[in-house]
Amino acid sequence: MVILMREPLAAIVSAGLSKFGKLTGKYAREIFAEAFMEALDRCPNLDPRDIEVAFIGQMSGSFEHQEHNAPIILEWLNLPYTEGVRVENACASSGVALKLGTTAIASGLYDVVLVGGVEKMTHRSTPEVTDILAMAADFPLEQWHGLTFPGLYALMAVAHMEKYGTTEEQMALVAVKNHKNALLNPKAHMHKDVTVDKVLSSRVIAWPLKLYDCSLISDGAACIVLTKPELARKYTDTPVYIIGSGQGHDTIGLYARESLTSMRSTKIAAERAYKMAKIEPKDIDVAEVHDCFTIAEIMEYEDLGFCKPGEGGKLVEEGVTWPGGKIPVNMSGGLKAKGHPVGATGAAQAYEIYLQLTGQAGKRQVSNATIGLTHNLGGSGATAVVHIYVRGD
Amino acid sequence: MSEKPFTIESFYEFCKEKKLMAIKCRKCGKVFEPPRILCPKCNSRELEWIELKGEGKLITYTIIHVAPPRFAHLAPYAVGIVELDEGARLPGIIKVDSFKKLRVGMRVKVEFEDESESEEWPQWPRYYFKPVEN
Repeated sequence: MVILMREPLAAIVSAGLSKFGKLTGKYAREIFAEAFMEALDRCPNLDPRDIEVAFIGQMSGSFEHQEHNAPIILEWLNLPYTEGVRVENACASSGVALKLGTTAIASGLYDVVLVGGVEKMTHRSTPEVTDILAMAADFPLEQWHGLTFPGLYALMAVAHMEKYGTTEEQMALVAVKNHKNALLNPKAHMHKDVTVDKVLSSRVIAWPLKLYDCSLISDGAACIVLTKPELARKYTDTPVYIIGSGQGHDTIGLYARESLTSMRSTKIAAERAYKMAKIEPKDIDVAEVHDCFTIAEIMEYEDLGFCKPGEGGKLVEEGVTWPGGKIPVNMSGGLKAKGHPVGATGAAQAYEIYLQLTGQAGKRQVSNATIGLTHNLGGSGATAVVHIYVRGD
Repeated sequence: MSEKPFTIESFYEFCKEKKLMAIKCRKCGKVFEPPRILCPKCNSRELEWIELKGEGKLITYTIIHVAPPRFAHLAPYAVGIVELDEGARLPGIIKVDSFKKLRVGMRVKVEFEDESESEEWPQWPRYYFKPVEN
């Protein structure tokens, strides 16, 4: 029995995840339905018609030439009386959806809420995907001057290397760790062990970032079923409680930021979530963070308070965030190797923490995990969302 | 000094005249890019255009090898963030004859490309930066 420092905001009673990867011939709505079937199978006591509202993250209708996906997905889930809202905050879409779902429960207006996210990307060519994703960066100054997402994170990487002496080898270690973790996740997009040398010698995308510093273009969907905490036992003996939910923002353009080595969005989101949960960074047992690029994970260690500013590279080097370390990070394989269907990522992180805190994570289970954290970023960090979870058994 | 509205469109119209313009807050003195109608530091609406000298230092950079379609013909190319001497920062392509010359802290100056001939929106000209020769 865990002693809660605060009343839970909401309870997670079930969760589902589609396979991540190249899901050829499938549509976003169909992939979402697969994730939802898993959530139903995990929770036989849930009557799907109990779901009153669904918040569904999706970054772009451009991939499938299809906006207005909330009612479409609800139609495919056969939920004709459920309200639906599509949420868009770039790659943080379903992290923000989770925040809205949590808020809906905590408001007292809803008893059962579905939160999810989806993106179908791989049917487009890489230049098309790059172009659609780039729409989440500042158009008039950054896109207009040839900046790409890898380019934006490379600007932060160079600033971090200059200021703190962070190395390309330390960034490569993030990729090595997350690829290793994905080997134990059957739903991960890529099952491929990589070495530091392999990462360092892969082709340059935006120096100093190489191919293996970048996350994957993937298809996938994830969903979470939330209820009022007092109703959780009706559905499951092993609920997971959400005890902190924070969101923050930074400027859209990197050029306007106070810092290039830290994100105001993540720091504010984390500060709000920790304060709400009445816990500290040292209390976290397991975390899923937004490793869209290896440098991002290093900066997030620092902004989430897992280490001091400038020590993120050392943290991964010393094994602290590896399996068996003090705070295992991205046991799922992360965006790096599990895959990054952008709109699904925030909900997929919550899915992994739900598995970890209910002892259902199989071979990648972190032992005795009680408190978990997810961190989901939008674009080059103009949005960040942090959630904190505690096991409820 | 100018009646143009404090918009991004105005910023690029000035670029057509080969002028790099920023907004200065009359209250707190902050100089910023791109133009907008509220000072991001003190929220004042008392703002004015100033012309920047166009020189500053490179504060970070990258070399882009995988480029978006409309930049593919330039790749690999360097892009950086420049802190102009008056205080505002701008991203831009850094034209150097060798990437080995790129250094954080190096002095650069702005130059302007000829007007965009594109028929499509937006018809904005590009500025870029070059190292200041000693």
